[in-house]
Amino acid sequence: MVAIIINLITIILLIYTISKDKTKAKKAFKSALVKFINLLPMMLIIIVMIGLIFGFIPPELIKSYLGSDSNLIEIMAAALFGAITMIPSLVALPLAGSLIEAGASYTPVTAFITTLTMVGVVTLPVELKELGKELTILRNIFAFIFAIVISLLIGVII
Amino acid sequence: MMENKEKEKIRFNEKIKSGLIKLIKFSIIIAILLGGLYYFFPNKISSGLGISGKYGLEMVTIFPAVLVLMGLADVWIPKSLINKYLGKESGLRGVLLSIFLGTLPTGPLYIAFPIAAELLKKKARISNVMIFLGVWASSKIPQIGVEIKFLGLRFALIRHSLTLISLIIIGYLIEYIYDHRKQREAAN
Repeated sequence: MVAIIINLITIILLIYTISKDKTKAKKAFKSALVKFINLLPMMLIIIVMIGLIFGFIPPELIKSYLGSDSNLIEIMAAALFGAITMIPSLVALPLAGSLIEAGASYTPVTAFITTLTMVGVVTLPVELKELGKELTILRNIFAFIFAIVISLLIGVII
Repeated sequence: MMENKEKEKIRFNEKIKSGLIKLIKFSIIIAILLGGLYYFFPNKISSGLGISGKYGLEMVTIFPAVLVLMGLADVWIPKSLINKYLGKESGLRGVLLSIFLGTLPTGPLYIAFPIAAELLKKKARISNVMIFLGVWASSKIPQIGVEIKFLGLRFALIRHSLTLISLIIIGYLIEYIYDHRKQREAAN
């Protein structure tokens, strides 16, 4: 359903762009193609990883490591993992979905995807250079703390 | 002009080429790994790959559209637009504008940092710039679509609402701390 809606919107906008400005449409298409080809290796890894998780890791094991709604160490570990890795969020979301399907609970998974986007250890050098030490440190520390708050709240609400 | 176009074409071809080479390398490594694992655990691998196929198919039905959407946003929404509007507005309008401009499906986070730096230089409100950065990083419109697909509408709505509230609080907290320090320094 969501896929159909997004594809429909994209097709409409693409037709509109082609009718208005062919160069723009070409440029957009090229940039999408480059992004797609560069995303493919990561996509492949995540797809295989999802298969290996389902094939090899019994649900009980996933539940015991990622199944808690209140284990702060577990949540912090998930948040830390999200902060330091650089998986594109586009492919991290299917991975998160598969972890839930495999028995993980929403709280640690939320911590992971929230810090993945809100906290950027990998982009830290760029951020430091552009925004300076104070703002960068404040932004990332607050983002980390709030990501944990968000995931704890999700555990309560969901 | 012509030269620029040529250069762009060469750059495009190089990007495609390096991407394809990387893809082939990864495919070979993964094929060897899976082949080895299949030899020892045929049942586990075949049941796992079934799930892989299901997820792969779901990704393929949505990712190309998302990427084309982002490409279209790149060509239609000039970066100068963000600069123009976000610098001026303050108050509630400023917050709403920061959120709106952040959700536009353009570019990765490292493009947003220089924009943010320029806005700060122009004395835009720190809270607005921080909110803009946070929303840009976490709540792009097509990615919310992907999240709905893989984690459900309810989860995606709740998580993004909570994220938005958090980002607004973080924006004001950072502004308060930053301004406070500036004032103290000025007093000394």
